[in-house]
Amino acid sequence: MTGMSEQTVPAFARGTRLQHDRVRDQWIIQAPERAFLADPVAAEILRRVDGHTSLGGIIDALAEAFRAPREVIARDVLAMAGDLAGRQVLVSVT
Amino acid sequence: MTAASPPMSLLAELTHRCPLRCPYCSNPLALEPKARELSTAEWCDVLGQAAALGVLQVHFSGGEPMARRDLPELVRHASAAGLYTNLITSGVLMTPESLTALSDAGLDHVQLSFQDSDADTAEVIGGMKGAQLRKLEAARLIAEDGMPMTFNFVIHRLNAERVPAMLDLADACGARRVEIAHTQYYGWGLRNRAALLPTRSQLEATERAVAAARERFGSRIAIDFVTPDYYADEPKPCMGGWGERFLNITPAGRVLPCHAAETIPGVTFPDIRTSSLKEIWEESELFGMFRGTDWMPEPCRSCDRREADRGGCRCQALALTGRADTTDPVCRRSAHRGLIDAQLPSGDHEAAPFIYRPAP
Repeated sequence: MTGMSEQTVPAFARGTRLQHDRVRDQWIIQAPERAFLADPVAAEILRRVDGHTSLGGIIDALAEAFRAPREVIARDVLAMAGDLAGRQVLVSVT
Repeated sequence: MTAASPPMSLLAELTHRCPLRCPYCSNPLALEPKARELSTAEWCDVLGQAAALGVLQVHFSGGEPMARRDLPELVRHASAAGLYTNLITSGVLMTPESLTALSDAGLDHVQLSFQDSDADTAEVIGGMKGAQLRKLEAARLIAEDGMPMTFNFVIHRLNAERVPAMLDLADACGARRVEIAHTQYYGWGLRNRAALLPTRSQLEATERAVAAARERFGSRIAIDFVTPDYYADEPKPCMGGWGERFLNITPAGRVLPCHAAETIPGVTFPDIRTSSLKEIWEESELFGMFRGTDWMPEPCRSCDRREADRGGCRCQALALTGRADTTDPVCRRSAHRGLIDAQLPSGDHEAAPFIYRPAP
């Protein structure tokens, strides 16, 4: 997919956002002409996308918060960021 | 009756007024005059109800929704309620000022319709001189603003050859998505079917053009391809399920499971002026009518595709077989499939004249 490394600073593309769906109590990604479910792992990652923090920084924060091996978290985060870049949800600001 | 899960998507048809007269218009044959349109306050109330009920996205449509002067106010109200706001427009009324007002109001996305990449044919289809230049100017303004933009092309016999040029135009104008949507044959489209239905070889050429463009564009531009179901062996699932995800509100406030549902006979159409959206979605006869699979006749009832196909489109079953509760005749298992096959053009065909949609 689209190249996303730990140095990449991701941001939501204009017209996409993470939103909490109060009626169904779940996180969703709002995008042009479609809304799709963000599973709990994706939501933890995307809540930390602020246009300033690099993917490496997000990985550090998640490894800390969930006391999980960093390389496992890194693999999940980079795969998901690449997938969402391919779907025009995330862009790189770096 | 099957219980209702919350709706995802609202198509808000603000008006039937439109400067264009496309012969495949999705509006009903009987158009609402301006005097019957919901007021600004009524729409704001509806948008709040929709968000509370679970709707995630509102699509402002028409007619031409930019014919409503209160559109920025409605967008602002919808955005504040947490709804994702999409404008479905022909672009012919767009100015730098009106786009800025919409952008400031929080509009998330614009879907801009084109009748063709070729200006002359486009203006024959739309019935409006000078429309193509205005649309191109609207596209330039939207791209300059940076708002994400989808180009929509409705495909039929007269423009099917130019799908590659349409995709190039969308790319050159900065669209992030393109819809290559074959005409659907309801209402005006059905009335003009003999002039619009493409041949099988035309359809296959459009499929190849889309496949080639997907290869070329990669993830840069997403392409949605909508097939003309007359050439399919299985029907399209009705709106992802009748009364399951989608609702449509007409300019006069009737609430429908799809934009063609006003053709269903023998049922009262719920009115947002007299009932709440929640009551209509959960309890009305119309929304319960074809929800789930209990209503199905054979061959749907025992079919292994019943959950995927949903029996196909109720409005197409009605339009072609005279009954809304029969299997969609597109299905090869329908006893009425011959009604579809009889309409498929063979090769050499004469162009039938268009019956244009009038002003409301």
